[in-house]
Amino acid sequence: MPMTITEKILAHHSNLERVSPGDLIEVHVDMALANDITAPLAIKVFNEIGNPAVFDREKIALIPDHFVPNKDIKSAEQAKVMREFATHHNIKHYYELGQAGIEHVILPEKGLVISGDLVIGADSHTCTYGALGAFSSGVGSTDLGVIMATGKTWLKVPPTIKIEYEGKLSPLLRGKDLILFTLGTLGVDGATYRALEFAGSVIKGLPMAQRFTMTNMAVEAGAKNGIIEPDEITLAFVAQRSHRSPLVCTSDPGADYEKVIKIEVDELEPHIAFPHSPANVLPLSRVGDIELNQVFIGSCTNGWLEDLRDAAGVLKGKTVAKGVRLIVLPGSQWIFREAIKEGIIETLLDAGAVIGPPSCGPCLGGHLGILAEGERAISTSNRNFIGRMGHPKSEVYLASPVIAAASAILGSIGGPEEL
Amino acid sequence: MKFQGEIWKFGDNVDTDLIIPARFLNASDKHELAKNCFADMRAGFMDMITPGDIIVAGKNFGAGSSREHAPLAIKGAGISAIIAESFARIFYRNAFNIGLPVLESKEASLSIKEGNQVSVNLSTGEIENKDTGKRFFARPINDFMRQLVQAGGLVEYVKKRKSMNKTYITRR
Repeated sequence: MPMTITEKILAHHSNLERVSPGDLIEVHVDMALANDITAPLAIKVFNEIGNPAVFDREKIALIPDHFVPNKDIKSAEQAKVMREFATHHNIKHYYELGQAGIEHVILPEKGLVISGDLVIGADSHTCTYGALGAFSSGVGSTDLGVIMATGKTWLKVPPTIKIEYEGKLSPLLRGKDLILFTLGTLGVDGATYRALEFAGSVIKGLPMAQRFTMTNMAVEAGAKNGIIEPDEITLAFVAQRSHRSPLVCTSDPGADYEKVIKIEVDELEPHIAFPHSPANVLPLSRVGDIELNQVFIGSCTNGWLEDLRDAAGVLKGKTVAKGVRLIVLPGSQWIFREAIKEGIIETLLDAGAVIGPPSCGPCLGGHLGILAEGERAISTSNRNFIGRMGHPKSEVYLASPVIAAASAILGSIGGPEEL
Repeated sequence: MKFQGEIWKFGDNVDTDLIIPARFLNASDKHELAKNCFADMRAGFMDMITPGDIIVAGKNFGAGSSREHAPLAIKGAGISAIIAESFARIFYRNAFNIGLPVLESKEASLSIKEGNQVSVNLSTGEIENKDTGKRFFARPINDFMRQLVQAGGLVEYVKKRKSMNKTYITRR
């Protein structure tokens, strides 16, 4: 029986020859992940279960990234709970500030996830690692607490929706535009309980950073996981970062897909998600005049080095419009350093950007750039729900770093060709 | 297990940022979280409801973040069960794990109005609108999830299994 890449990885991790959509299986987990918001609850669950030790101190990653550097006393207390747990259980992959960054950026960056792995994280954007040809999915804290104790979890095998992108991508377009357009096609619940497999010649041509952007937002269509078959680009990325040998899985010819959607990209324009849904998208030519108060470039969706390079490319020799605040948070300490070496940070500073620490920051309305009532922002992050970045009467538009950077100069939403 | 309560009605795509905005995630106690349940949508929700009341919502309830603080805030506020046309995947899983009953029924979601008195029988999946006499049946759940509900959540289930020296899930 032919299987999809998702089914193959799930079969491998449940010691079964084959699995089919709808099967309820028990899987072993290669990496379990939590952050400063979700870990404290997971730790409480772990303690309630009463196991003296974690299942494997090298297969748990605890990353402070949401409300750090701690934004208030309560956040500091939560970070402390996680830090003390990590110390007590000698967790190998606990990364203190100064060593790391945003969870979904640093796990691939440090080679902690490779092709064929099964990763479960107490964060909905855990689906990001599908870009490596891994199965990864988000859960809540109770599931994660149980995994920290047992190393296992239960999953229902999802049916797969395949999306094939063909044609030639305009030089202004990025993976962000592809996924926003796709979300517009699928809707916010168009892939609920499904695996979303991104395929086609366009995907094969994308660098890893843009692939991560796409799988990162699979959850915005309700998907259980997003996934891309590993190829030379993936394996080169993995080989530079990990000594483990990857389990390379690809979908068999004749594998069973619930749906196959073909998208021609030749005529595709940059896309922008309007408030208050990532699926509420419009092509750039139909956006109209939307004045901005703030631009945010960063997050687990677009905080990669390539994203900062894109922003600097647009902002070089230009200045941020009067009345606009441009906030840039590199995705990791390593990215921050590379961006300094390449002169990206200097370009951004010259343009009038404020550069902050690697953190989720304003993406989820935590800190480092909260919106006031009636304010508008364009953001390279993944969600623009009501109140997502601040006041419930503020507005968030989602776009690629190229569009975000151009919009910062224009003071309203627009592309580089308008500069 | 049977519940009865007054209905609080919500629409489609109620996301976890609406259920509990991220600025309140610096807490993890359910009673503390409950104070800010639906803060930007129905501020003071906990004080409006009577413990045991039931939420009826449309499609994709609980979309977005994996924060378990969302079902915890709802449970902490005193809601006994949620009926929706459909749920977002992680929210659905979290609700079962913490022992907050959730039922899927498109018919009930469309028919039941705010303020109705509704009873829910978890064992049979029967939902009855006491005001209109209409009855609905929720989409059946699989055996594993039924066992989770009976145990009172995943932690209790795992503890029980552990004491019986079994793996915590039986493969199909």
